[in-house]
Amino acid sequence: MSEHSTYNPANGVEKWLDDRLPVVRFTKEHLMDFPTPKNLNYWWTFGAILAMCLGVQIVTGIILAMHYTPNVEMAFDSVEHIRRNVNAGRELQAVHSVGASMFFFAVYVHIFRGLYFGSYKAPREILWILGVTIFILMMATAFMGYVLPWGQMSFWGATVITNIFSAIPIVGDPILQLLRGGFAVDNPTLNRFFSLHYLLPFIIAALVVLHIWALHVPGNNNPIGVEVKSSRDTVPFHPYYTMKDAFAMVVFLIPFAWFVFFAPDILGHPDNYIQANSQVTPTHIVPEWYLLPFYTILRAIDFNVLFIDSKLGGVIAMGGALLILLVLPWLDRSPVRSGNFRPMFRWFYWLFVLNFITLTYLGAQPAEGTYVLIAKICVAYYFAYFIIILPVLARIEVPKPLPASISESVLGKANA
Amino acid sequence: MDGDHILATQAEHQPTRRDFLYVATGSVAAVGAAAVTWPLINQLNPDASTLALATIEFNLNGIEEGQTVTILWRGLPVFVRHRTAADIEEAKAVPLSDLKDPETDEERTKPGHEQWLVMIANCTHLGCVPVGESGDFDGWFCPCHGSHYDTAGRIRRGPAPLNLVVPPYEFLSDTLIQIG
Repeated sequence: MSEHSTYNPANGVEKWLDDRLPVVRFTKEHLMDFPTPKNLNYWWTFGAILAMCLGVQIVTGIILAMHYTPNVEMAFDSVEHIRRNVNAGRELQAVHSVGASMFFFAVYVHIFRGLYFGSYKAPREILWILGVTIFILMMATAFMGYVLPWGQMSFWGATVITNIFSAIPIVGDPILQLLRGGFAVDNPTLNRFFSLHYLLPFIIAALVVLHIWALHVPGNNNPIGVEVKSSRDTVPFHPYYTMKDAFAMVVFLIPFAWFVFFAPDILGHPDNYIQANSQVTPTHIVPEWYLLPFYTILRAIDFNVLFIDSKLGGVIAMGGALLILLVLPWLDRSPVRSGNFRPMFRWFYWLFVLNFITLTYLGAQPAEGTYVLIAKICVAYYFAYFIIILPVLARIEVPKPLPASISESVLGKANA
Repeated sequence: MDGDHILATQAEHQPTRRDFLYVATGSVAAVGAAAVTWPLINQLNPDASTLALATIEFNLNGIEEGQTVTILWRGLPVFVRHRTAADIEEAKAVPLSDLKDPETDEERTKPGHEQWLVMIANCTHLGCVPVGESGDFDGWFCPCHGSHYDTAGRIRRGPAPLNLVVPPYEFLSDTLIQIG
């Protein structure tokens, strides 16, 4: 990508550095001069917002670890200690826990933007796969972080989620004991979760670097999904998108700050302010809101399918709901990227969004009565969207005519 | 030129002593790497202090008919229920064909002590502790994902695949059991 570079070392020192470690050149090429489609809308600012979220979680997380104690006798109290005694501890802990929710809100927007505008299609498959991997690691990290305060939801969430592995035939139970370090979730489990919760964000950060690398090879997708054809279609990343992203971050921080200062616990669950008790399960156990859609899929399978029992079936469905995203670029073969030009796709897409929100809602409801039936219908649609609807649409849909270029679509034909 | 020539002809030959040494060295390195990795993984397994709590004794004296107590064994909650005559009758009346994980009531209790039901109190779905004397079958109901168990702790409806697990235990006397 050196062809984008306008970097000319200004003096002898810069020249000397550039010949040995071209870090200034790299920064200029990738963070300043990078040619970016000039029609990106605000949905595209969530990449930068996500980078900010990761930074916020890492900084507040490192600080919380200075005051937290990963031991079953002390963990619960040490979190209360942070909230009551540590200087600005109430705010720091709130930023971290609210930050997790904001992080997931942003990642869902980012993923659904990619789904609508076909950002997963060639030549961006690797970019998409790295993103899905980051999303899965985020869920693992958030889950382990939620265990650390050692409240009732922490404990029972850990019990339920680690139990998922016991569904694996034959080796399930040995794996379960290996993960927990015992016959039940206990002190060894808490210790290793703390260790891994500290490690995973840095692995996520490394994957984010690869994600951006994979973005900078083909360049950004854009709202019309037509590739950049000339330098007239682009503007330099800085200052145009650094400013747009910065503005979006500020707007994003407004609800973030509202939660932190006025309702830090509203997204949590009251049962998590009761210390973990291995003998009593809360009557209504729910994961954090951002895991609910997948939780609904897990428990919607309450029937045996051939030799697969209901438990393994639920685990396969939940895992499949995530893993199917990895092969999405090969399921949707429509050559048109942007949903703006796909009249039939748009209906199914918005139904998919509604379906996903319904899955989230159902995860917070008890597994009984009509909820179970609706959950099964929603799970069916979730998979049908990927396995049936997208492949069929690629064959039968007649897309609207595409603009010749980004410039034409921005300026109108007269000025193109 | 000579060097190139020698390399080219060697590639066509049978494996040489040198090839053998390469493969042998590589194999030893692979075994060594695996041997080093195993303790790094095995440290995650239950440690000696966890394994030491394997057997406990429990006195049934204070449990009234119709009462259930929860005790801890190996860190796991265990239900000990003193069943009523109605419980037992209801469990025995169920035909095996109605069961997802067919087991008779006799198979889940000890002969002569059928009023006592001892089970690990974790739902076989994902491990929550079911709530006693509730659900559609008068046994247990798991609030997490809606599994219903009957008065013998057998799965009747919901995502759980198996009956509540009966741990290995025996009656040392009429009122004393040893679990594990």
